[in-house]
Amino acid sequence: MVEFKDYYQVMGVARDATEAQIKQAYRKLARKYHPDVSKEKDAEARFKEVGEAYEVLRNPEKRAAYDNLGANHRSGEEFRPPPNWNTDFEFSGAGRGEADYSDFFETLFGAQARAQSGRRRDSHPSQGEDHHAKVMLDLEASLTGGSRSFTLKMPEIDTEGRLRTAERTLNVQVPKGILAGQQIRLAGQGARPNDSGKAGDLYLEVEFEPHPLYRVDGRDLTLELPVAPWEAALGATVKTPTPGGVVDLKVPPGSHAGSKLRLKSRGIPAKPPGDFYVILQIALPPAQDEKAKAAYAAMAAALPFNPRAGMGV
Amino acid sequence: MSRSEDQALLGTLVDESTLLSIEDLCRICAIERRHVVEFVEEGVLEVAAIDADEWRFRGGALRRARIAMRLQRDLELNLVGIALALDLMDEIQQLRREIRAKR
Repeated sequence: MVEFKDYYQVMGVARDATEAQIKQAYRKLARKYHPDVSKEKDAEARFKEVGEAYEVLRNPEKRAAYDNLGANHRSGEEFRPPPNWNTDFEFSGAGRGEADYSDFFETLFGAQARAQSGRRRDSHPSQGEDHHAKVMLDLEASLTGGSRSFTLKMPEIDTEGRLRTAERTLNVQVPKGILAGQQIRLAGQGARPNDSGKAGDLYLEVEFEPHPLYRVDGRDLTLELPVAPWEAALGATVKTPTPGGVVDLKVPPGSHAGSKLRLKSRGIPAKPPGDFYVILQIALPPAQDEKAKAAYAAMAAALPFNPRAGMGV
Repeated sequence: MSRSEDQALLGTLVDESTLLSIEDLCRICAIERRHVVEFVEEGVLEVAAIDADEWRFRGGALRRARIAMRLQRDLELNLVGIALALDLMDEIQQLRREIRAKR
C-alpha cells in the first residue's frame, strides 16, 4: 500500500506558500535535520522526508501535478493515483539523483527522476563506481579484529524498470584498531561496469554501537568503576575489566568519586594505541540489617564530617 | 542480484597513515579534479604531503570530502561556509571530548 504524503505539512508551509517561503522553510529544516550536523534522534529519516517534499514543491511542474491530486487527501491514508493524473504535465530539470524516495514519490515521479539522473558523466569508464555505506560495529571487533557480517541495502532497477531494494550480506575481516569515522576499503565490491572492466571498491564508514562498559573517545576508552568507600579512602587493589582482560588496578588511598586513573596504551589498539581511563564511583553499601546500621552509626560517631561544609551550611 | 559471501573479505583500513592521491579522491568520491582543487583552495581539504609534484591526502580527507559534498548538495552552502562548518564540527567534537574527560 502506498501512503499519501502531505508535502505541505512536512515543510510546515501553507498550500499557497510562495517559492521564497518554501525555500526558506527548506533551508531551516535542512539545517535542523541534516545528518552530518543534526543531533536529533530521527534526523536522517526526517531529512529524507523534507528533501523529498522540497524536491516536489520547489519544482513548479511537479508542484502543479501534486496540487492537482487535490487537497482532500490526508497524510498516511492509502493512496492510488487517479488514472492519467499527470498527463499534460511536462517535467524537466534534474532530480536529486539518489534513489531514496518514498513509495508515494516513486508512484508519482519515480520514472522521471530516474530518467534524469541516469546521465552522469563517467570519468573512469574502465572501472566501476566506488560505493559507500555506513555500518555499525561492536567495539570488540576493533579491539581484537575478526570478521563481522553486514547486510547492506542498495536500490536497483529491476527488469521492468521499477525501483526495488536489494540486499546483500558481506562477511568482512575488520581491521584491528579501527576508529569511529574511519573507513574500511573492500576492493572490488563496488559497482561492476557494463563492459569487462574492473569493479569499483566499497568503502564502509564505521560507527561504534554503544558499549555496555566502555565509553569511546576517539582512540581512548573510559570505564566508570564502582568502588566501596573504604577502598577509595584506604586504597585497595581491585579487579578491573579492560579490553585486554581483567587487571588488578591499584586505587590510591584518599581517592574520591570522579578520581581518574590512566592505564597507558590499553585503549583501542590503533597506531598509536589509545589510553584506558578509569573514573571511580563510590558505591555505598546498603544499610538494611542491624549490623550495617551499627557500622554506619559508628562511622558517624567517629568522624566529624560535614559533606556540605563547602555550601556554608 | 543478491549475493552472499561465505568467506570473509579482507577489509583494508583507511586511516591517517593512508595517503591518497588526487585521483584516488576523485574516483572514491566520484568528483572531478577541479572540485578537489577548489576544496584545497578554500580550506575544505588539507594537503598532507607532496610527492613527485602530486598532492597526497590523509585518509580522513575522504570523510571530510564526502561531508562537504553532502553539505553542498543539501544545504547549498558555498565552499567557504563548508570549510567553516567542518572546522566548527571538529571543534565541537574536541570540546565534547574535553567535557567528558573533565567530568
